[in-house]
Amino acid sequence: MDNHGSYKSLINIWLLLMFFTVITVGAAQFDFGVWNVPIALIIASFKAGVVALHFMHLKHEDSMTWVFATYPLFLLFLLIAFTATDMFTRVAN
Amino acid sequence: MGIYDITTKIIKSIAYPSEMVPPITEEDDGHHHFDPETEHSSMKLGMWLFLATELLLFGGLFAAYAIYRAKYPEMFMNGSKSLDVVLGTVNTVILIFSSLTVAIAVKAIQENRIKLVKIMLWITIVCAAIFAVNKYFEYSYKFGKGIFPGTDIFYSIYFAATGVHMLHVFIGMAVLGVLLNKVYKGKYSKDNFTAIEVGGLYWHLVDLIWIYLFPLLYLVG
Amino acid sequence: MSDTSETNYLDNGKGFASWFYTVDHKRIGVMYLIAIGIFFIIAAFASFLIRWEHLTPGEGIVSAHTYNVLFTLHGSMMVFLFIVPGVAASFGNFLIPLMIGAKDVIFPKLNLYSFWLYLLGASIFLFALAAPADTGWTFYTPYSIDSGTNVIMITLGVFVLGFSSILTGINFIVTMHKLRAPGMTWDRLPLFCWAAYATSLLQVLATPVVGITLLLLIGERYFGLGFFDPAKGGDPVMFQHFFWFYSHPAVYIMILPAMGIISEVMPVFSRKPIFGYKAIAYSSLAIALISFLVWGHHMFVSGQSKLVNIIFSVITYAVAVPTAIKVFNWLWTMYKGSIELSTAMLYSLAFIFLFTIGGLTGLFLGALAVDVHLHDTYFVVAHMHYVMIGGTVFGFFAALHFWYPKMWGVMFDEFKAKIAFVLIFIGFNVIFFPQFILGTLGMPRRYFNYAPEFESLHQLSTYGTWIIGIGFILMMYTLLKPIPGEAGPNPYKSLSLEWSMDSPPPPLNFDKIPTITEPVYNYGTKIEKES
Repeated sequence: MDNHGSYKSLINIWLLLMFFTVITVGAAQFDFGVWNVPIALIIASFKAGVVALHFMHLKHEDSMTWVFATYPLFLLFLLIAFTATDMFTRVAN
Repeated sequence: MGIYDITTKIIKSIAYPSEMVPPITEEDDGHHHFDPETEHSSMKLGMWLFLATELLLFGGLFAAYAIYRAKYPEMFMNGSKSLDVVLGTVNTVILIFSSLTVAIAVKAIQENRIKLVKIMLWITIVCAAIFAVNKYFEYSYKFGKGIFPGTDIFYSIYFAATGVHMLHVFIGMAVLGVLLNKVYKGKYSKDNFTAIEVGGLYWHLVDLIWIYLFPLLYLVG
Repeated sequence: MSDTSETNYLDNGKGFASWFYTVDHKRIGVMYLIAIGIFFIIAAFASFLIRWEHLTPGEGIVSAHTYNVLFTLHGSMMVFLFIVPGVAASFGNFLIPLMIGAKDVIFPKLNLYSFWLYLLGASIFLFALAAPADTGWTFYTPYSIDSGTNVIMITLGVFVLGFSSILTGINFIVTMHKLRAPGMTWDRLPLFCWAAYATSLLQVLATPVVGITLLLLIGERYFGLGFFDPAKGGDPVMFQHFFWFYSHPAVYIMILPAMGIISEVMPVFSRKPIFGYKAIAYSSLAIALISFLVWGHHMFVSGQSKLVNIIFSVITYAVAVPTAIKVFNWLWTMYKGSIELSTAMLYSLAFIFLFTIGGLTGLFLGALAVDVHLHDTYFVVAHMHYVMIGGTVFGFFAALHFWYPKMWGVMFDEFKAKIAFVLIFIGFNVIFFPQFILGTLGMPRRYFNYAPEFESLHQLSTYGTWIIGIGFILMMYTLLKPIPGEAGPNPYKSLSLEWSMDSPPPPLNFDKIPTITEPVYNYGTKIEKES
């Protein structure tokens, strides 16, 4: 039985997500220079993490599920890192 | 037999293949039953694995985004400014709300609150439909201004990413619709709710992807 | 216990519907086997024509465009319709529940859907043959954007096949987590299952990336998206990054199940426990993990930056290590064992020899400085065929012969099978060893024409196709015409679970799920003698 949390806690999570959506849009009004992207990603990741942990109950899942949920992120990182490194370290002859 | 009958027959044969085969031995009724705990945890693990594949599918799009944004910062800034932030924000709010309603539905079925499940699933589907309609307005507005996939790399990414996402919204709506139909038929209860939980997981992923797409596409600069 | 009144999975229902709508993993495995076999034969025939064309320089039996179509067809059909689904979908489906003591996989209906998706993908692929692609199986941009052939259709077919692959992978992973018999801890899992697990990891994690890559290719052709088009600010090399991010792990999808087969065959015909069980199991996982780190070694001369070239070259050397570990373990399994040279054992021994050659030549190609000269030459063609045929196909043939009595309940003529093996072994080497030499001499691959000094090596290579063709026909004849009489449950006296029930197995595999108390490879030990 999956009796973790109450309806109230679900609504609280939702309010938290709404709050951070406001922050998302608000933060975009300012220019943080090179920090624009990291800040946007951090806020988005926080929201995503909340959805995953609480709405998707990842918090209560076993370690195998955690591995399968998070390892793809590492692979994504690899794909972006190596491809980007290639694109931006080419030297014109 | 008319078209309707044939279509129903085909869909039934796809959804229930074992019923197309008469069982020969008494123990082999074509349905393999595992104990409920195994079945429940297996379905969840299986769905998480499937979500991992979806993450990697969208990952390719995010990779293309990351590299081309680094390469053409101006193009991305201008492109992003041309998108409708209000509509994007509204869509974000709608999708996050639909995640709440489906999460409530998942909890409700575990307490046999069938009426609440139905209401929540209906709201989720309606939210998805509103999302789709909003995107339809956004797309037609762009097409009207002569902006199409292929106009430039930013718009290609915009259309490709939101397009593939939209496809998943439609799939999600279909999944939720099937689940809702089965709820009406009384197929689910607090002793048999795995399908709803697993369908909910899929819907949350659709929301998750949008949580990233929204700032990356609409809020650049 | 052979209760002849009990039905087996082959007799359990007759007629098209009982097969097409089955959820029995054994029947699904058999259907995959037949399907991949058919596509193997078609694609092999294409290669036969390719080699015939190369008997002389210049135009032989086909035009230049047809030649391009032939190698594209051969490559894409072999990769996507035979070898990637290949061993995993056929033998994996048949064996995994039997080996872990389960009545079926965890998602039997999904298993059937995987097969239907395979058929759908194959059909779309075949439709595309109306104007078959000539881009090579790698569909590199920009030519795949410009080519006037059915590129969209064939990539759509491959996309659907990818879905089939993913669903099978999910099924196997969850099955092995949840349905192992009581007492079957992970360290008692047969090595074929470990290999299938690692393969499934790759199928689940890598295939989506090629999925999106092909979607973007279709988008580029249809909408002109521009990601891979320099005129629009895109980069054709990005396609290669995305494509090889999947396709390198894909080659391990191709080889891991075959290695699993060798790990099963070796102990049975050496009557000795497998040496280094844990090393082989963990090396399978290691191969799966490291395989994601090396894709750029396919792109050394594509314009990739020097820095990234070096990084990929260095990591490529790391991926050879877990593979080498397996080879040493198999050899050590045979040491002081009581060797029986059955047909399956012959194919396994050949596997070790040929795959080692293939693997070592991969190291040549992984060395950046050497690859600059060997890239896109026949050396690469020889390397890949040594690992894919000498490796996977020989492993596949070993499996065909080893589990033959279990699957069909009858035995084949070992003598004829061994003759076929000799012909196939000789023919294979005659085809491909000269190609190493051709490559080092500079003969490029996918070339319709060639300089006259390469003619004699090309001809030698072609003669090999005739030898292997005869061997293959003899092998098929032997397998399709078994010796009359029942094979019995366990003719090879294997200790693995799949041999503990009747041959062919009953529909639900086990009357009673067994409890496992011992590791699986106790050959020649006290425990075997007592049982």
